[in-house]
Amino acid sequence: MEHRLPEPDRPWMMRTYAGHSTAKKSNELYRSNLAKGQTGLSVAFDLPTQTGYDPDDELARGEVGKVGVPIAHKGDMHALFDGIPLAEMNTSMTINATAAWLLALYIVVAEENGLDPAALQGTTQNDIIKEFLARGTYAFPPGPSMRLIADMVAYTVERVPRWNPINICSYHLQEAGATPVQEIAYAMSNAIAVLDAVRERVPQELMGTVFGRISFFVNAGVRFVEEHAKLRAMAVLWEEVGRERYGVRDDKHLRFRYGVQVNSLGLTESQPENNVQRIVLEALAVTLGRDARARAIQLPAWNEALGLPRPWDQQWSLRIQQVLAYETDLLEYPDLFEGSKVMDGLVAELLEGARAEMAIVEEHGGAVRAVDYMKAALVDSHRERLRRIESGEHVIVGVNRYTESEPSPLLQGADGGILTVDPEVEAQQQEAVVLWRAERDQVAVDAALAQLREVAAGDGNIMEATLAAAGACATTGEWAGALREAFGEFRAPTGVGEAAAAPADSEALEALREEVDHVSDALGRRLKILVGKPGLDGHSNGAEQIAVRARDIGMDVVYEGIRLTPSQIAASALQEGVHVVGLSILSGSHRELIPAVMEALRERGVDVPVVVGGIIPDADVEPLRAAGVAAVYTPKDFDLTRIMRDVVALVAERQRAGASA
Amino acid sequence: MTAGAELGVRLRDGDLTAAPAVLNLVERRDAHDEVAALLREVSPAAIGAEARAHVIGITGPPGAGKSTLLGELVRAWRGDRRSVAVLAVDPSSRRSGGALLGDRARIPFDPADDAVFVRSTAAAGRLGGLAPATRAAAHALAAAFDVVVVETVGVGQSETEVAEVADSVAVIVQPGSGDVLQFLKAGIMEIPDVLVVTKADLGDVAMRARRDLHAALRALGDSDVEVVAVSSVRPVSGIDDLVAALDAHRERLDLAERRLASRRASALADFAAEHGERGLRALGGRRAAQRALTEADPGADVPALVARLEGLAG
Repeated sequence: MEHRLPEPDRPWMMRTYAGHSTAKKSNELYRSNLAKGQTGLSVAFDLPTQTGYDPDDELARGEVGKVGVPIAHKGDMHALFDGIPLAEMNTSMTINATAAWLLALYIVVAEENGLDPAALQGTTQNDIIKEFLARGTYAFPPGPSMRLIADMVAYTVERVPRWNPINICSYHLQEAGATPVQEIAYAMSNAIAVLDAVRERVPQELMGTVFGRISFFVNAGVRFVEEHAKLRAMAVLWEEVGRERYGVRDDKHLRFRYGVQVNSLGLTESQPENNVQRIVLEALAVTLGRDARARAIQLPAWNEALGLPRPWDQQWSLRIQQVLAYETDLLEYPDLFEGSKVMDGLVAELLEGARAEMAIVEEHGGAVRAVDYMKAALVDSHRERLRRIESGEHVIVGVNRYTESEPSPLLQGADGGILTVDPEVEAQQQEAVVLWRAERDQVAVDAALAQLREVAAGDGNIMEATLAAAGACATTGEWAGALREAFGEFRAPTGVGEAAAAPADSEALEALREEVDHVSDALGRRLKILVGKPGLDGHSNGAEQIAVRARDIGMDVVYEGIRLTPSQIAASALQEGVHVVGLSILSGSHRELIPAVMEALRERGVDVPVVVGGIIPDADVEPLRAAGVAAVYTPKDFDLTRIMRDVVALVAERQRAGASA
Repeated sequence: MTAGAELGVRLRDGDLTAAPAVLNLVERRDAHDEVAALLREVSPAAIGAEARAHVIGITGPPGAGKSTLLGELVRAWRGDRRSVAVLAVDPSSRRSGGALLGDRARIPFDPADDAVFVRSTAAAGRLGGLAPATRAAAHALAAAFDVVVVETVGVGQSETEVAEVADSVAVIVQPGSGDVLQFLKAGIMEIPDVLVVTKADLGDVAMRARRDLHAALRALGDSDVEVVAVSSVRPVSGIDDLVAALDAHRERLDLAERRLASRRASALADFAAEHGERGLRALGGRRAAQRALTEADPGADVPALVARLEGLAG
């Protein structure tokens, strides 16, 4: 066997997931990233854009420009790519529910710059099933959502042939707690659901091409040997699905193509410098073996568990990729694991598990119908993971072992080691969108939206009407609003109702249970908690784990899922008669939303302790306490039992104070 | 005036904002006297008529689409300017004493609108029965709201329990659910006042289910029961028919008689919940207890009836 390649492979595409504040600011960031040697772009949109709301919508409050760039119309899209040659660029957009709209804006911008859309290269994430399962930025019910995806695939395969219309995401499944087997099986099942939907909307002879345009977006954790095996297993299954289910023959179409963002779930808030070596090892998982090497990589920054990364933090992650690609000898060899007993064994093991799990999903009637099942399974897996961390079986250096640490100089700067979005951004964007609406040709917009509504209510392809609306200066909120009218709103299952009871009954849990019974007796009825997620942030894993644990220790738990306004949360707290409220926010909008919830509770006369969990920088803790929050928890508080003990104590204290008053 | 009585008066005066405090009170296990005082203030004797609400039981097997349908019903009732209270009895059985209550998520409500009240409670016991607090809440809120819904899950037992508090019971089934048919035919399931087939958007399947149900009802010799097909998926359909069917049932109903039966059944259930089989034996069995209740003053409220049983049991 030849053990050297005749010439080294070309490096993978290097990107950084980036965008914040405004289109103009993000454009500056993209240009400087490209100047540093980045070879593609990865656009992070803010939550209002991802869920289809304009910056001045009530639900957008506190979220504008926070976790990504706000794009409300084609003017913003022009600004975002100003001076960047779209014909040469490969742009990945993390956009799902509103993917058809953002792709339309991208196409319109290209056309208005005199480009043929056929030249455009890039990816729209567009995997809606994982939004229902893990990420939460869905906008429409499952049926119409799948139709939008199928429409996009059918459109791009003919008109924007170099575009990857969908990136099936196993990434977020792992973030939600999936085991490697679940990650493989659910991602494959999602892909099958999409392909089945597209099959209805394209001629049969195009299915090979369609299959070849489906790419994956995967995750890699720090167990990098098994993680590499996972990717090899996915490649085997993908080819199998292509041949057997869709009759694809062309080897080029059957190739498993994936991009990757390595694990964020495992990045820690304590001793955050350790995250750098985690990221490096995870990057090895997706590059080591040539047969299953990533096409595109974006690495998270070391400080993700603390807040938003600064340009320098992102540069550090880009440099990791560059060292790996240009300094090491990684790209000079054929596949390192060919004939490896360990690798083959691991792959066989994962394949067996994944096939069995895929069969269960199939029995449920496919991925769309199996969302409830998969969601509950993920919540269970995540709970098991947390239990192992709490018990110390799963070691995380600096978190549950080797916790002694010198103060980190990385966190000493005036900015606390993170980027903070200027709170003025939201007001500016609100004014800007009002101005945009005032200055356009309203008649043209109304006509385009009317046409969009008509197509949405019927069965035609949504893309032409969407492109027309984008060209006519309609806004993101208007496009999504028209579709919401036609399709209806949707709330995904929370997965917590179906989650199994706590398996191992530890003494600590038993003691807490007694305490809950005791406090409930004193209250006269069962201790009741509201777990709420204000804002547009869809990362509900933390809230779900709190809800399940609260139930396991004997509380009545009201959990309504994601995307609630402060006044909805306050009204629920009042109507449900809860004794305590727990809020979870990971999008950085806590500074606006938590005080708003406190105010709404006060207005309704609900006087109960409120605790908050999420990615909350140290500097923000005091202001939250000043607003009346009883306790703040961050990713370093991994011990759920301890958090629950605090919560029960808070209620007991309040009860005693009330009784003696 | 005691706090319980005060809440009763507020309800009688139509004060919908009393609802949260009313539920907080009736759910207490240590407030018998207060709850009795509350219910006394909303009894027909105190009001001078039967409580205004249309008390509706909605029940059906898991996954039949009850919550989504309820969301559409609430929307329709609010469109008619009717105030609505929903008592959602969550199926999640209590594990380790706790329960996850997620039903309200499916019921769209405007937080600024006091005329929609939703309260979730855990089912009592493993079989998903009604807790005494839910019965008390239904009786109390009926004095203030236009519609009071008690939503439960299950087939075979829950609709019997719901019938104890509701003026009208709607059983929700989804197409192809043969169980319901079998239960109806075998007489395991009480005949509902309205039968609803959901997911009418599934077309043929739903229409077939609807035909099956008609056939079953004919077999049972009951032609009064309306069967309505609905779809909660856009385009929503059949909701207005369902609202009309429920209203029509309420029209036909001898309300005084149904409410009297409801108070008696609630009293017996509350007594059994409190004193168990042993208590029933002390009364000479369930039938004897029912007889004792029929002999009581028809205007008596539930706590008074329970007290009477307790007196007889010694």
